[in-house]
Amino acid sequence: MNYRAHDLKREDFAPLEKSQLDEVVARPSLSYWQDAWRRFKQNTRAIISMYILIALAVFTLGGPLLWTVDASKQNLNQTSQPPGLAKHALVVSAFERWVLPTDPSRPEYGDLPPEELANPEGLRAAEAPNTQSVRITWRPVAEAGGYNIYRHTRPPTSLQDLGLPLGSIETGNVHGYEDRLNLKQEDYFYSVVTTDGFDEAETYATLQLRPQLAITREHALEQGLSEDPRAGDTVTLAFYPLGTDYLGRDMLARLMEGARVSLFIGVIAPLAFVIFGVAYGGFSGYIGGTIDNILMRLADFVVALPFLLFMILFKIAFGIGPGESGVIPMLVALVLLSWPATARLVRGQVLQIREQGYIDAARLMGASNHYLIARHILPNTMGVVLVTFTFAVPMAIFAEAFLSFIGMGVAPPTPSWGSMCNEGVKTMLSHPHELILPAALISITVLAFNLFGDGLTEALDARMRGRE
Amino acid sequence: MSIRNVISFLGQQRLWAFFCLIIPIVSQAAVNGETRTITISLTEEPPQLNSMKATDQVSIFVLGHLMEGLVRYDRRGRLVPGVAKSWDVQDLDYTFQLRDDARWSDGKPVTAHDFVFSWRNALDPGTASEYAFILYAVKNGEAINKGERPITDLGIHALDDHTLVVTLERPTAYFLKLCAFASYLPVQEDMVRAKGDRYAADAGDFLMNGPFKLEDWVHGASLRMIKNEHYWDRDNIFLNEINADYITSDTRARLNLFLDDKIAYTSLDGDTYKDALANQLRIRSFITGSVFFLEYNHRDGRLTSNLNLRRAIQYAYDADEMVNKVLATPGNLPGISVFPVWLDGVEGKFRDEYPAPKAERNIVRAREYLARAKEELGGDIPPLILLVGDSPTASKQAEYIQGELLNNLGLDIRIDKQIFKQRLAKMTSGDFDIVGAGWGPDFDDIMTFGDLFASWNLNNRGRYNNPDYDQHVRTAMNSVDTLTRMEAMANAQQILFDDAVVLPQYEQGVIYLLHPKLRGVVRRVTGVDPDFTRARILP
Amino acid sequence: MFRYIAKRLLAGVITIWFIATATFFAMHAVPGDPLMNDRAVSDEVRRNLEARYGLDKPLGEQYIIFISNMLRGDFGISFTQQNRRVNDIIREHFPVSAILGILAIIIAALGGILWGALTALYRNRLPDILIMLLVILGISVPGFVFAATGQLALVHVNAIFGVKVLPVAGWGTFSHMLMPALVLGLGTMALLTRLMRTSMIDVMGEDYIRTAHAKGLSKQRIFLRHQLRNAILPVVTVLGPQISAITTGGFVVEYVFAIPGLGRYFVQAVQQLDYTVIMGTTVFYGAFLVLMVILVDILYGFIDPRVRVSA
Repeated sequence: MNYRAHDLKREDFAPLEKSQLDEVVARPSLSYWQDAWRRFKQNTRAIISMYILIALAVFTLGGPLLWTVDASKQNLNQTSQPPGLAKHALVVSAFERWVLPTDPSRPEYGDLPPEELANPEGLRAAEAPNTQSVRITWRPVAEAGGYNIYRHTRPPTSLQDLGLPLGSIETGNVHGYEDRLNLKQEDYFYSVVTTDGFDEAETYATLQLRPQLAITREHALEQGLSEDPRAGDTVTLAFYPLGTDYLGRDMLARLMEGARVSLFIGVIAPLAFVIFGVAYGGFSGYIGGTIDNILMRLADFVVALPFLLFMILFKIAFGIGPGESGVIPMLVALVLLSWPATARLVRGQVLQIREQGYIDAARLMGASNHYLIARHILPNTMGVVLVTFTFAVPMAIFAEAFLSFIGMGVAPPTPSWGSMCNEGVKTMLSHPHELILPAALISITVLAFNLFGDGLTEALDARMRGRE
Repeated sequence: MSIRNVISFLGQQRLWAFFCLIIPIVSQAAVNGETRTITISLTEEPPQLNSMKATDQVSIFVLGHLMEGLVRYDRRGRLVPGVAKSWDVQDLDYTFQLRDDARWSDGKPVTAHDFVFSWRNALDPGTASEYAFILYAVKNGEAINKGERPITDLGIHALDDHTLVVTLERPTAYFLKLCAFASYLPVQEDMVRAKGDRYAADAGDFLMNGPFKLEDWVHGASLRMIKNEHYWDRDNIFLNEINADYITSDTRARLNLFLDDKIAYTSLDGDTYKDALANQLRIRSFITGSVFFLEYNHRDGRLTSNLNLRRAIQYAYDADEMVNKVLATPGNLPGISVFPVWLDGVEGKFRDEYPAPKAERNIVRAREYLARAKEELGGDIPPLILLVGDSPTASKQAEYIQGELLNNLGLDIRIDKQIFKQRLAKMTSGDFDIVGAGWGPDFDDIMTFGDLFASWNLNNRGRYNNPDYDQHVRTAMNSVDTLTRMEAMANAQQILFDDAVVLPQYEQGVIYLLHPKLRGVVRRVTGVDPDFTRARILP
Repeated sequence: MFRYIAKRLLAGVITIWFIATATFFAMHAVPGDPLMNDRAVSDEVRRNLEARYGLDKPLGEQYIIFISNMLRGDFGISFTQQNRRVNDIIREHFPVSAILGILAIIIAALGGILWGALTALYRNRLPDILIMLLVILGISVPGFVFAATGQLALVHVNAIFGVKVLPVAGWGTFSHMLMPALVLGLGTMALLTRLMRTSMIDVMGEDYIRTAHAKGLSKQRIFLRHQLRNAILPVVTVLGPQISAITTGGFVVEYVFAIPGLGRYFVQAVQQLDYTVIMGTTVFYGAFLVLMVILVDILYGFIDPRVRVSA
C-alpha cells in the first residue's frame, strides 16, 4: 500500500478495533526463558558441561553398583600403591620374630676407636627376602661395639649417603638385623656400618636385594584370594585400578563414595547461599537508604566473625556426637556464614544497574518493583552471580574437608574429595596419585560448573538475543 | 621518577624496614666456620622465656642455651657440675657449693640468693606457674604453692653467696636430675623487680647465666643468641652465634631451607625424607623419649572398665604393624610398655633388666576375650568412642585402629575428632571410651612415667584406680634404693599389662638432618634438645 | 560527603560492638578454656591461674571488664605468649600481614584485570580457554600445594643459578615478599579474572560501546575509557572484603614462608582458645573490614558517578 498525504481522511485516525490478526507472527513466539533455553542448548560449552555433569552423576550413583569394593576396607599389604594392574604375591606363613644371630664367644664392646674398626664382611640375606621381612646377617667385626643399619633405594655414593637409618644394634656380638619397615617390591641397598657403641667407623658394606612381594596365608584366606593357600604358592593380589591410599584402601571406591559428600556439599551449599545472597543483596541494593545501610552492616558483622570458632559453636549447638555425620548442620552453618560475599557483590551490581537508562524507561512505562527486579535487574547480575557460584563450589568442598578435621563434616572412615586432597598433600611428592586423583575430580567438577555458568550467562543475557 | 629510580627506591632495605616494622635479617649461610655462626629454625615462637613459668619444648630449648642450673647434662647424658661446682648430701639435706666465676650476662656473680628467689617465686601462688609441682620435692613446696605457708618456709637457704642448702620434703632419688630442669634455674631478683610483668618478654628484659645470651628477639621472626662472654666455661664454647632466623612448623618449608643452605638442622617426616634421600643427605634418627598409647576410660559404668574387653583389644592389636606400615618412618619403636627403652634401671637399662610382657597379636584369643566381655556386659557391645586430636597423624592412626578393631573383632569404633582445648575438656570430664594420649618425660628418671596411672595423678585421664599399683608407686617414690625402686616399677609394669590399663602404641622417634660440618650437637630425651651449646664447625 | 563518612563510621562502631559481643560469648560457650594444657594442673594451680587472668569472676563481669578495657584500647595479656600484650602482638604483626596482603592484592588485581580483559577480548578462543583451565586448576587444588611448589621452585632456581636469586623463606626485605605475595594472590587473581571476564562481556554489549565505535574512537581508547572503567565495579566490590580476607587468611603462606604475620597468631589463638588474642584480633580485623567496606563504597562513586550509595 502506498499512502499519500492528501489521501488521508479523518477516519484514518480513529483507533482500530483490537484484533489479533493485525500482527501475524510467522514463527512461534518465544518467551524470554524459552529463548534462553534455546540458546543454552546451542552453546557448545553448555553442552560439554552437561555431559561432564552427567558423567559425574553416573560415577557417583552408578559407579558403586559396578565397582563394589568396600571403600573403608584397609589392606596393610598394599598401602599407597600407585594405579596399575593386579600384582602377584608369594604366600608366606605367619610372621615369627627372628632371633638375631649372636656370637656369645665375642665381647659386647671393644676398645678400638671407631676409625680403626673394620668393615662387616660377608653381608648377605639370611633368608629369601620378601615384603614381610628382610633378614640380613654378616660376620661379626672384631672389637665392634655395635652396628648401624641403613637402607637406600639406589647405590650409596658415600658415608653421607647411606639412606634411611633403620636402626642400631648396640652390642658388637649380634650380627644380624631384621627389617620390616614399609617394605615394597623394589631394589634396596642395605648398608652396615660398624660402631664402637657410639660413633661410626669410616667404611661401610652394602648389599643389594629385592624383596619378593608376599602375603601371609591368613591374609590371603581372609581376602579370599585363594581357597587353600599354602606357603610358596603364588596368588593374585586384590586389584586396585586407581591404586590405594595410605591405609591400603581402594582409591576408586573412595573417590566414588567421596563424590557423594563432596558433590552434595559442593553444589547444595553454594546454591543455597548464593540464592540467599542474591535475594539479600538485590533487595538491599534496590531499596537503598537506611535499610540498605543496616542490611549491609549485618553482612559486615557476619563476615567479621571468626569462622572456626563459630563452626565449633555450631557443632555443639547442633549436638553432633562422635562419629556422627554432620553434613546437614554443616550445610546450615556454611550457608549462615558464607552468604555475605555474594550479597555484597549483587548489591554493588544492583546499585549500578538501577541507574541505567532502561530501568528508568521501564519504570516510566509503569513497571512494578517486582517486575523490575525479576526481569531487569537480577538477570543482569547473573553473570557475576554465576562466577561467585562456580568459585563457591571448590570452596565448599574444601570447607567440608576442613570441618571434618574438627569433627564436623563426615565421620571417618567415610571419605570426601576434599579430605582425600588434604591427606594427599602430605605425600604429594612420594605418592602423587593420592593428591592428583581427588584434585582432578574437583577440577573436573569446577570445570563443568564454569562451562555451565558461561553457557547460562550467554543464554540469559538479553543483549545477546540479536547477535548470533 | 624514572623506572630505574623506582627500582632502586624499592630496593632500599631501610624503606622496607620502615614498612614492615621488622628489622631486616641479613640472609646468611646455615653454618659459617669463620664467624663461628650457625642458623637454625624454630617450630614456633618461644611462648615463655621466664624460666619459672616455662613449660613447653621450644621455650625450654631456648632457655637451655641461655641459662645454666646447678647441674647440667653432658653429651653422654651424665650429670655434671653447672653453677654448683660440688655438692654433698646428708639425708634430706643437699649442700651445693657454687662456683665463684659463674656470672650473669651483666657481669654480676650468680649467687645462692638467685636460686632462693627463683624457687620461692616459682612456688608463689601469685606467680601461677603450671610447673610448680616439679618443685614439690623441696620441703614445704606443695604447702606454699597451695597458699598454706609463706614462701619463706621453703626448704632452701643461702648460707652465704656461694653456699646453698636445700632440704627435701621426702627422700627423692632423682633430685639432682630435677636440678637440671628449667623450673630450677636461677633468676636474678633485681631484674624481676624492675621488669615486673614484662620480665623475659624481650631480649633486654632478663639476664642470662648460660653459654649464650639473647642479643635480639624479633617476635614471630627470629632470635639471635650470641656467646656470653661472662659464662664461666666460655673457653669450651666454640660457637659465637646461634641464629634462629626462621619460625615455621612446616616440615617441607624447613627442608627447603635446609636444601637452600639456610638452616643447619631440620626434622623430617614420611614424605620429606624421600626428598632428603634424593638430595644425598645424611639422615639421622633419634628416640624422642615420648611414649604414645591409647588410654581407656576406667570410670564406673564405662564399657572400657571391663577387663575382658580391654584384653580383647590388647590381643587384636599389632604394634609392629602400626609402626612399620602406618607410621612407616624409621626411628619409631613398637609400643610394648609405658616405660620406654631408654630409662635407666639398676645397672643397665630398665627394659633390659625387666623385659616388658608383650601381647603378640592373636585374633583367636582376642575373640575369646571379646565373647567373655559380651557375656559380662550383656550382649553386643555398643559403639566405642575413640577421642583423638585434629592432627593428620592422629587421624591416620585412629582410622587404622578403627579398621583393625572392626575387622578383627567386629567392634564399632566412633572417632571423635576434637581441637586441642575441646579434646582436653573431654579428657578432663571423662567423655570418651578410649583416648589417644602420649607422655613425654619431664626428667630423666623412671618416676616421670611411673606415677602416671596412680589414682591421685591428674594426668591419669582414664581414672584408673588400683591400690596395688598405687602401693608400688609409693614404694618407688619414697625409696632412694635403686633396686627397691626398680623392683616396684617392674611390678607396676606387670600390672599395667595384666590389667590392660592402656594400649601402648609406639615410642616416638624422629629422623632429622644435620649440616655435615656441624659436630657435637647432642640429642637428648629430657631437657635441651637438640643441644647446640658445645657444637663445633669443621673447617 | 563528611556527613556520610561520619554516619558510616558510627554504624561501623556499632557493628564492631556487635562483633565483639557475639565473639566474646561464643568463645566462652565453647568447651575448654585457655588454661587447660596437655599436662593437667592441680586445683590450686588452676585457681592461681584463674585469679591471675580474672577468669574467676562471673561471665557478665568479665564482659564488662573486657568492654571497658577495649574502650581504652587495651586487650590484655595473651594466654599463649604469656609475656606479651595483645596490643603489641597486633602492632608488631599486623603490618607484616598488611604489606603482604596489599602486595598480594596488587598482584591479584593487576593480573585479574589483565587476564580477565584478555579472556573477554578473545572470548571462546584459545587464550580464553587456556586461562579458564588455569583458573580452575588454581581454585581446585589446596593452596598449600602452590605455596610448597613455589618454595620448591625457588630452591631449584637458587641451586641452578648458584646465587640466591630469591630467599626461600623468611621476612625482612622486598625480595622476601615476592613469592609469598604471588602465592597468596593466586586465588583472588583467579576470582578477579573470571569476574572481570563476565563483566567485560556484559559491557561490550552495551549501546555506548557501539556508539563509541560508531564515533570512530580508537580501540585502545574505547577499551581504556569505556570498557575497563565500566567493567571494573564488581572487581572493586570484592576487593574490599578480599583485602581483609587475604590479610587474615594468609596463615598457610605465613607458615610455609616463615613470615611473622598476624594470620597465624589468629588461627592459633582460636585453636588454643587464647581468649584475649581472639578478642583483640577479631575486633581489630572487624574494624579493618569495616574501613575497607567504607572505602569501597566511596570508591564506587568515583568509578561510576551514576552509583549513589549515600542515597
